Amino acid sequence: MNTPTTPNGGYSAAHEVTMVKVRRSFLQNVWRTLKTAPPTAWFGMIVISIYLTVAVFAPWLAPHGQAEVFPMAYAPWSDEFLLGTDALGRDVFSRLIYGARNTIGIAVATTLLAFLIGGSLGLVAAISRNWLDQALSRCVDVLMAIPSLIFALMLLSIFGSSATNLIFIIAVLDATRVFRLTRAVALNVVVMDYVEAAKLRGEGLMWIMRREILPNIMPPLVAEFGLRFCFVFLTIAALSFLGVGIQPPTADWGSMVRENAGLIQFAEYDLTAALTPMIPAAAIALLTVAVNFVVDWFLHQTSGLRDEH
Amino acid sequence: MSTNNVLLTMRDVRIDGYSDDCWHQIIKGVDVTLKRGEILGLIGESGAGKSTLGLAAMGFARPGCKIVGGSIEFDGIDLLKLNHNQLRSLHGSRIAYVAQSAAASFNPAHRLINQTIESTVSHGIADSQTAQQDAIELYRDLQLPDPELIGQRYPHQVSGGQLQRVMTAMAMASRPDLIIFDEPTTALDVTTQVEVLSAMRTIVEKYNTAAIYITHDLAVVAQMADAIKVLRYGETVEDAPTRQMMSNPQQAYTQSLWAVRAIEKLQQPAIDSVLEINQVHASYGKSVKVLEDINIKVPRGQTLAVVGESGSGKSTTARVITGLLPPLEGEIRFNGNILPAALKHRSKRQLQSIQMIYQMADTAMNPRHTVRDIIGRPLNFYLGLTGQEQDQRVMQLLQLIELDESFLNRYPSELSGGQKQRICIARALAAEPELIICDEVTSALDQIVQEGILKLLLRLQKELGITYIFITHDIATVRAIADQVVVMFQGKVVEQGSKEDIFTAPYPEYTELLLSSVPEMDADWLTQLQAQRAAAEI
Repeated sequence: MNTPTTPNGGYSAAHEVTMVKVRRSFLQNVWRTLKTAPPTAWFGMIVISIYLTVAVFAPWLAPHGQAEVFPMAYAPWSDEFLLGTDALGRDVFSRLIYGARNTIGIAVATTLLAFLIGGSLGLVAAISRNWLDQALSRCVDVLMAIPSLIFALMLLSIFGSSATNLIFIIAVLDATRVFRLTRAVALNVVVMDYVEAAKLRGEGLMWIMRREILPNIMPPLVAEFGLRFCFVFLTIAALSFLGVGIQPPTADWGSMVRENAGLIQFAEYDLTAALTPMIPAAAIALLTVAVNFVVDWFLHQTSGLRDEH
Repeated sequence: MSTNNVLLTMRDVRIDGYSDDCWHQIIKGVDVTLKRGEILGLIGESGAGKSTLGLAAMGFARPGCKIVGGSIEFDGIDLLKLNHNQLRSLHGSRIAYVAQSAAASFNPAHRLINQTIESTVSHGIADSQTAQQDAIELYRDLQLPDPELIGQRYPHQVSGGQLQRVMTAMAMASRPDLIIFDEPTTALDVTTQVEVLSAMRTIVEKYNTAAIYITHDLAVVAQMADAIKVLRYGETVEDAPTRQMMSNPQQAYTQSLWAVRAIEKLQQPAIDSVLEINQVHASYGKSVKVLEDINIKVPRGQTLAVVGESGSGKSTTARVITGLLPPLEGEIRFNGNILPAALKHRSKRQLQSIQMIYQMADTAMNPRHTVRDIIGRPLNFYLGLTGQEQDQRVMQLLQLIELDESFLNRYPSELSGGQKQRICIARALAAEPELIICDEVTSALDQIVQEGILKLLLRLQKELGITYIFITHDIATVRAIADQVVVMFQGKVVEQGSKEDIFTAPYPEYTELLLSSVPEMDADWLTQLQAQRAAAEI
């Protein structure tokens, strides 16, 4: 029984709710959530952590340097060159490991930048609801109307394809999607009384954005971050495959597929040679699938959808 | 027809509900006996299990609930032994249900009359032609305007009160033996509520239908019911015929439900006014004028109640004062100085001295902030308090609103409705304001919690000398805490004066209607009012 009475029997506001849930520490909460995660989510998390480990410890894990050239081009798989060498005589296995670092690093940086730009502009648009909102939204519409891969190709050929340009251009193009999402979810929060209360208190725009609205729209944004990361990753790989992405000798998976694509025709003589260009492609696919598994689970967790009992 | 006069017998009914990963008892063994033609009032605060019990009388449990024990016998039939189809043939023909929100219960794509007769026709009780004739008859009984044609309208073309009456007609269409009314007038204005109540009572009496009337408003149930059952935490607190219950409640809890209407405030003479609104006109957009020529004086250290039905411009007035809606014309003076019209032109000092408390405490607090953050922010923002100092002040404020430091780290979702509203009061107090605008602060709360909040506000006024503008549609609340009263109707001030002046005759027409529509704690009130109004029409 939860009667709102004090020990001596009088009415007391403080005792109105006595059944407060046990407060758990942050780590306990994380552990509790993890325990209920489905196998797909576990698979995703394990794969992602392996990728991250490889990316961080690349110089120690790789047997050779990413730009180190050996005299033997197109060497077959062997103990020294686990996955053989490429046309210039560079170790494919080492480049695969360094590729994780370069590709994932650039993709993460790009996604973060896209969220910084799209997220903050989206929040500003949602809060102001005036000409600024209109101007931003129409600019975004224009950007979204042009196919992003072609637009990216064009911009890269204008500004030159350095890593910084790559990050910046893809980030701006992807920020349009983030802007749309942030603005849409923030509009639902902006109408809440607590935002009005903050305005009445005289709070500035930054406080309202950061403290009142952002915490309440985090779940959809985090889920979008995962998806957006996959798309950015694929865009970078595609651009590299087309030759305007990450420039040699920096190793990355997209250009590795392109450089070694010719080996596929030797499949009837040496199966391992044909597999060489497939492995970086598979690495991209596996990471994309893993991230999506985790995002799906996270979305389910935060959507409040519960299985009916 | 069975010879036995008892229609419904529920014995030791137990219902469990599923939440937080385990089953809880919602109804813990309640008995109900209902005779033919009798109306039973079920009252209690929210979460008491009223609606769950009402639905159980139909042999129905909501998803997530299950009836685990006891027996429910309707006219000799054990409802718990029936299968799904057998129950369905009873529902809508012999037992009917009227829900709280009529607007949400109608299909917007069909005409009212087709929805009224739908269940009768599908149960094969009457063919469509006779059912329509009968529906028109019912509309007439329910005093709906234009009974022949109103059925041809769509749900959005009639008012909320009319829709609720059409819903009653829908329930009556099959002449059921039992109707469950689940808070049918809670969402309506007082003036509309009276019409709906009297229509419902007339028709139920005419066809000798038994009914269970669920509400949290005592005065309403007193008009409708022959007997009253008070529920709390899924158990019966008290059970008695209406008159006996009204005149002589036995249990302490029942008495406390009565008590909220007993708060009285001694009136003090007004000295000077802290806020003056002069000739203010305001509108949303360019076309619709919501406020016309508003002149209000708010006496210092006292409470000004702003009364009126929804749409009368009460909340808009608050928005004009706070600067959220700059007026088209007119000025607002605070302590004699003109306040800038728009929020962004006001100084921090001006913002600090006018604070606001909202109707829905749920949406007025950021769900991701703890109580410490919520109360601490104005302290930091206006007074520059940080760290230890700030925590100490938050603790003092919590004591002031009768809560303790165990609340510091709680999130709003871990508080009850009354506690949330208290935290909102503390947040307003933290700014050390001269004027607090309370926008319907108690209307979402149960009677007993309401009483607590009102007492708290009165005490704070006495101790700190704060001025309140109290926006409400509840006359009982006005009686309890106001010094001055402003009556608003359709964007205009109908009357302003001291509480005594407003509540003593003669009244302007609208004030008269508003005051006479407020249900009183008297079982004969509605009957007398009906007689009076009928006499006035002749």
